[in-house]
Amino acid sequence: MPDLLDWLAMGGYAWFVWPSYLIGLAVLAANLCLPVMRHRRLLRRGAAEEGGR
Amino acid sequence: MLDATKRYASLPSFYRLCGRLFAWLLPATVALFAAGLVWGLYLAPADYKQGEAYRIMFIHVPSAWMSLLVYMVMAAAGAVALVWRVKLAELIHIECAPVGASFTALTLATGMLWGKPMWGAFWVWDARLTSELILLFLYLGVIALYAAIPDRRKAARATAVLAIVGVVNIPVIHYSVIWWNTLHQGPTVTRLDAPAAHISILAPLLFMAVVFKLYFITVLLARLRGSIAEQCRAQQWFRDEAAGRA
Repeated sequence: MPDLLDWLAMGGYAWFVWPSYLIGLAVLAANLCLPVMRHRRLLRRGAAEEGGR
Repeated sequence: MLDATKRYASLPSFYRLCGRLFAWLLPATVALFAAGLVWGLYLAPADYKQGEAYRIMFIHVPSAWMSLLVYMVMAAAGAVALVWRVKLAELIHIECAPVGASFTALTLATGMLWGKPMWGAFWVWDARLTSELILLFLYLGVIALYAAIPDRRKAARATAVLAIVGVVNIPVIHYSVIWWNTLHQGPTVTRLDAPAAHISILAPLLFMAVVFKLYFITVLLARLRGSIAEQCRAQQWFRDEAAGRA
């Protein structure tokens, strides 16, 4: 447990290291999720339009 | 070779290829990224000078490299689109812009978080930081110009010209730490004769750099698939594809 807390403290730089990684993960995840969601939306619309014909 | 190029330059074929590659690349990228995080945040030793704060490097440096690489890809695709009018090149050119902008913004944000404990300031008007900020404005300029012109093909040609002109900023960013006295540190990894970083730190950094490249390919494929779907949504092949998946 003390090892984990030491690691989380990042030698006193936790307020700089962890936000960097959180921002990084948020940006990278958004970059991946947004086009996938856009594609799914277009597929649903395409399927609905094809079914309505 | 030429036949294969012609076949995949057609939008329906490339759309299907994107789907197949994305399905393989996504799990590989996520797994390798998780491994890179463990290596950089836990297994790599602390730096003798900067302590644990240097670990920001494992996300900051690959992101900075990608901000330059994506710009070069965007400009090269723009040049192909401008000269040969290849529609796929236009899509690659424009889909690179938001990804590159996000890498550049991430570089600046993580650089600020690294700069505060090391330099005592989140931001200084240093040549490296300023030229990287100009790169962000170039990406945003490409996105804004594309959105401002209703005709997609004319818009892609206009943004291609802007992107090609902006290439002049890439060597400025790279050599800024050599040409000017900067607070930002000089080249560390690209000094191939004698990298300034120890192998225990250099290895996870290079690993993360490879993972970021894989990530870019994955995201670009996802974006291209969406973009092709958007442009071809009224075409029968896409409607058949959509109906088949429903």
